[in-house]
Amino acid sequence: MSHQPDKSHQPADMSLEHDKDHQLDARRLLCPLPVIRTQDAIAKLQVGELLTVTSTDPGAKMDIPCWCRINGHEVVEIKEQDHEIIITIRVMAEK
Amino acid sequence: MKPQAMEKQRKAVALISGGLDSMLAVKVIQDQGIHVEGINFFTGFCVEGHTHAVRKKHKDKQKRNNALWVAEQLGIKLHIVDVVEEYKDILLNPVHGYGKNVNPCLDCKTFMVKKAVEWIKEHDFDFIITGEVVGQRPMSQRKETMPVVAKNSGSADLLVRPLSARQLPATLPEREGWLKREQMYDFSGRTRKPQMALAKQYGFDDYAQPAGGCCMLTDENYAVKLIDMWDNRPSREYELDDIIMLKMGRHFRLAPHLKIIIGREEGENNFMQGYKGLFVSIFPTSHPGALCLVDGEFKSAVELNQALALVARYSQGKNAPEVTLSVRQIDGTEKEYNIAPMAVDDINKEWII
Ligand code: SF4
Repeated sequence: MSHQPDKSHQPADMSLEHDKDHQLDARRLLCPLPVIRTQDAIAKLQVGELLTVTSTDPGAKMDIPCWCRINGHEVVEIKEQDHEIIITIRVMAEK
Repeated sequence: MKPQAMEKQRKAVALISGGLDSMLAVKVIQDQGIHVEGINFFTGFCVEGHTHAVRKKHKDKQKRNNALWVAEQLGIKLHIVDVVEEYKDILLNPVHGYGKNVNPCLDCKTFMVKKAVEWIKEHDFDFIITGEVVGQRPMSQRKETMPVVAKNSGSADLLVRPLSARQLPATLPEREGWLKREQMYDFSGRTRKPQMALAKQYGFDDYAQPAGGCCMLTDENYAVKLIDMWDNRPSREYELDDIIMLKMGRHFRLAPHLKIIIGREEGENNFMQGYKGLFVSIFPTSHPGALCLVDGEFKSAVELNQALALVARYSQGKNAPEVTLSVRQIDGTEKEYNIAPMAVDDINKEWII
């Protein structure tokens, strides 16, 4: 995953700009791997950055938001399209 | 008494399986003012996810990861650690052998505690807790094997089992006064009553029922498939995809060099689609039906026909005189065949794994 910290990202006024968004392909991985990959990806990001995870495991829809709640990260959007679950997360300061 | 500087906030990491016992263990320790976070090791064999996520049969069940859910209930962080690679050696070469099926529980527990010891050192935590209860499981939780895990993992003094602590020698956290022995428990044996009572006291009413163990390795049907795979390959080495595929579909061993896997339902078929780039696949084109993945190779027309007739048998054309099926190579090239579905009586019982 490419990682280019952009310090101008501020949680309060950040809109979904996909070109600045980090992408994580978790397709064909089964629970809990999408969560593990999300956790490891977020560990490398800065507060305020966005990560969009694409998964084909229906369980990810429950598990990734649950992991975010536990760790204090914000789920910005959950979309489903063509059997894929696409979750966008904003990295917050560790709880 | 020496004037005490601000008491250091002691921190423990709990091995979270997703069951009730680890929930209780965490709560007992939290009640003593300790900061607790959870750790969960993903070996590739965890019961979670795979089947539940994929199979429609489990549709009514919440598709949730129990360890995550438990952590949320307890309000603690959960660190999930991928140990798939390192775990291979534990499963393939267990020093203490296997339990009833292919579960190397004693080595597995030792390995996990050892990993937890590494983790607490890296993260500046003070000790480890587990929900183990003396005498609860035949292999890894006997009173005489519990010290084996503690000793072999190098954690002897740092591993606290709050539910059975009063049955076991005092550990460092007790001697240092971070934990009060009398506020822990002395549960033992296979009865679940004390845990149920404590759960009630804490107001836990929704928790995963204790299954046979924490992973597929204790499951007899799974073990048979894994042993079949090992017996029919030159080496027991495996990849994550191999062990996931053992959870999917009906498995037929047609020959030592040939196994076919037929999806049981839509969810599995969808999931197995993702493997069409790794395996030759067969699917009916004249009728709706299941996807089949071919693990191995056809060495004769007889073997190919057996596979085709079986896939036809599990399609909606099972009563039709003939079903058309496509055989797709890994490179995407396809060839069609017509075949009569196999009669139930012709399915050789020995094929079924
Ligand atoms: S049941 Fe599985 S995960 Fe649990 S100790 Fe045994 S081998 Fe390890």
